[in-house]
Amino acid sequence: MSISYTVQRSTRASRVAMTIGAFILIVLLLAPYWAGRGDLRMLVEIFYYLALAQMWSLLAGYGGLVSVGQQAFVGLGGYMMFALAAFAGVPPLLALVLAGVITAVIAAPTALIAFRLQGAYFAIGTWVIAEVFRLTFAQITSLGGGSGMSLPAGIVKSIASSRAGREHLVYWMAMAIALGSILMVFLLLRSRWGLAMTAIRDSEAASESLGVETYITKFLVYVAAAGMTGFVGALIFLQKLRISPDAAFSVQDWTALVIFIVVIGGIGSIEGPIIGVIVFFALREIAADWGSWYLIILGSVAVATMLFAPKGIWGLITSRWDIHLFPVGRRLIVTKKD
Amino acid sequence: MDWVNAIVQGILLGGLYALFAAGLSLMFGVMRFVNIAHGDFIVLGAYGAMVAVAVTGLHPLWALVVVVPGMAALGYVGQRVMLNRTLGDDILPPLLVTFGFSVIIQNVLLEVFSADSQKLQAGWLETASIKLAPSLNIGVMPLLIFVSAVAVIGGLQAFFYKSSLGRVLRATSDDQDTVRLMGANNAQIFAYATAIASAVVGIAGVYLAMRTNFDPSVGPVRLLFAFEAVIIGGLGNLWGTLAGGIILGVSQAIGAQIDPGMQILAGHIAFLVVLVVKPRGLFPKMKG
Repeated sequence: MSISYTVQRSTRASRVAMTIGAFILIVLLLAPYWAGRGDLRMLVEIFYYLALAQMWSLLAGYGGLVSVGQQAFVGLGGYMMFALAAFAGVPPLLALVLAGVITAVIAAPTALIAFRLQGAYFAIGTWVIAEVFRLTFAQITSLGGGSGMSLPAGIVKSIASSRAGREHLVYWMAMAIALGSILMVFLLLRSRWGLAMTAIRDSEAASESLGVETYITKFLVYVAAAGMTGFVGALIFLQKLRISPDAAFSVQDWTALVIFIVVIGGIGSIEGPIIGVIVFFALREIAADWGSWYLIILGSVAVATMLFAPKGIWGLITSRWDIHLFPVGRRLIVTKKD
Repeated sequence: MDWVNAIVQGILLGGLYALFAAGLSLMFGVMRFVNIAHGDFIVLGAYGAMVAVAVTGLHPLWALVVVVPGMAALGYVGQRVMLNRTLGDDILPPLLVTFGFSVIIQNVLLEVFSADSQKLQAGWLETASIKLAPSLNIGVMPLLIFVSAVAVIGGLQAFFYKSSLGRVLRATSDDQDTVRLMGANNAQIFAYATAIASAVVGIAGVYLAMRTNFDPSVGPVRLLFAFEAVIIGGLGNLWGTLAGGIILGVSQAIGAQIDPGMQILAGHIAFLVVLVVKPRGLFPKMKG
């Protein structure tokens, strides 16, 4: 009797999911032709929350870097986009990409300071850094100080001649960013960096003893996530056409809600943030008129999830059925031959 | 003389920050646990004081009699029912649960008390001052808060090093598992630690309500001040936390003297400088 082994990455569920996913993508790609303005606006929001949630889940779920200061990079991305477009005459769409790059560059020295703190203290340290950025931008008078600024009308018109054209372009950009963030996490997890990150998450000491460069790995993940978050931030404020320090560096909008999405959906998976974002927007549609009760309910659901189902909805599903929609893991198939 | 005045006022303000920080420092020391809702619990204490004053009509200082035991009881029950479930090797659950608490507390306070800015009137205490030099006056209330901070930290220090419960808490801080082997009940010890920390949070809340304007959204910034004072002073060192609070208060006062918009920013920058130069704080006692 001989035993042969093969390593399998994709499963039938993941192949079915990819087929259905491709169909949904085509429908979403054509949304500007079938959806109304309000629906389109909401889809843009869903896309950017999905991208933010993927980035936060990457940091906290795989990198072990629990940040409550991601609003720093949303705000930086937004402000860089406005500054490049309004003062340097950079075309808005190019400014969008550059804003992401500049945010990553600024994130590098920031990481050196934040990484001096560990665990829970790292979390609050990132928050302090975000506050430093908020208070600093409130002091810069050329960017409107504390009251902020609007994107000049000429620049807005340069994106596309009609309002509908501009909205469609923003929609496709948002969709590209959401897909790009999923692709980024997916490719990262399948690479050797992903393996290193998963090892660090499970045991930092053990992975270090096996030769994983823990500091460099964490640093690169932090900077990459910051760059992507900055890119998302630039798009958010390109859609809003107006920026202010309080809106750009809002801990509630860009970190609290994102954390709730990831926790409810399931941390440390690509599927979790997707489910979380759907649950979040469904809840928001129902409870939008309830004022602060909506946030009380959302917070309570997140706390209950953390206490009773720490792996979120997706964790409950996989523990029951062993389904994986994204082929990031490896499974060993053992076949016996006589 | 303006500068001397700013620094003296900054030192007194540091007393309030040390009171914010003492509870956080204590909980981290015993449980290695950081409560993100710490600032919101301080604000909850402030609203508790406001309600107590509104109901009884007494001077705000009397609110301490209600708020301090109330917060301690809340802390004890919260730790036993909720937070003990989250403690373990993974730092994520306690962090995210208390982050959820923070958002819930802010929005419940917003629903009940509205976003209006509040302040407790402390009567003569607010206006009374002591003249130290021709143009240097110190307010009686800031002085009272500073003296209370020194008393609270001295009291905690004495409790930790003189009482038997204090000894168990210090042992837990050193090694939780060994303490359990010695027959202590960790869940119970943690609940006591949180009750004591919450009592201090109650004191901080009452003074916050008397000293400054507050509304449901001011909690997170108080958490950041408390955190900065703890880190500047060094982990696990209560007197260091007092020093950290004073350094933070003085930095803010100097910042405000340069430009009023710079007050909070100057405090944050002082914290980051300490973090870069001495990552374990100025007077560290334990390993982070």
